[in-house]
Amino acid sequence: MTTPAISEALIGRESEEVLVEVERGAIRKFAEAVGDTTAACVRGDVAPPTFPTTFRIAIPGLTFDLARVLHGAQEYRFERPIRATDRLRCRSRLADLYHREGRLGPMTFLIIETEGRDELGQLVFTGRSTVILR
Amino acid sequence: MSATRAPSLKPRDLSIGSPLPDLRKDPITKLQLVKYAGASGDYNLIHTDDETARRVGLDGVIAHGMLSMAFLGQYLCWMASPDSVRRLTVRFTAMVRPGDVLTCRGRVKALSEGTGGRQLTLELWAENQRGEQVTVGDAEVMVA
Repeated sequence: MTTPAISEALIGRESEEVLVEVERGAIRKFAEAVGDTTAACVRGDVAPPTFPTTFRIAIPGLTFDLARVLHGAQEYRFERPIRATDRLRCRSRLADLYHREGRLGPMTFLIIETEGRDELGQLVFTGRSTVILR
Repeated sequence: MSATRAPSLKPRDLSIGSPLPDLRKDPITKLQLVKYAGASGDYNLIHTDDETARRVGLDGVIAHGMLSMAFLGQYLCWMASPDSVRRLTVRFTAMVRPGDVLTCRGRVKALSEGTGGRQLTLELWAENQRGEQVTVGDAEVMVA
């Protein structure tokens, strides 16, 4: 069985802008799941550094079988911490896509970049994910 | 966790290569993976359903890589503060399974004067109970 190949034609494809309202309860629930005892995170005031992973932003046309996905690498950069009640305008973009022959056969690497801005348009965070499809 | 009192990173006590304190996390449980799936929105069943995991050639469920990265995020907050984190970059290098006990470790990679304070670049990783690194990376934090 083969899944449709994800092609280089998708490079540069971008999501819609998604408004994320950062909820105190979502921060608390995330910290609790991680076992993160940082007081400001347990209170739900400040989001833990990897909280932007909860902002699930779909890129049109970029779909794949979850069972084939490996997460290769991840980066987050912050201009300031994300706080409860922040309203962030987020976008994701397929920055790059390339194929490599791996030990287990052909693999496709996807580089997905995400950014979040405040309501004034000031950058708050950026993310960069390396996703491997095997 | 082995340590509950947060250490403080004082630049005057640190130099390049200085080891950072260890943060040992509780053993990862299947319940934690279910909770993390819900909290993060990552519903990939290879993390929560053994049958799905076996179908793709695994022995059973594996932890979300992002959970290990979240441990390193906690590690930064524990040593500095959640307000101080400027960057966290990791690679996922090995699988983590329920029952594994991860310890966050690291060392100072660079110290520099930045805008608004001193910036520490830290090399950091999470390793399992066999001493194998499972998530490896570096980070930048601002310190007073």
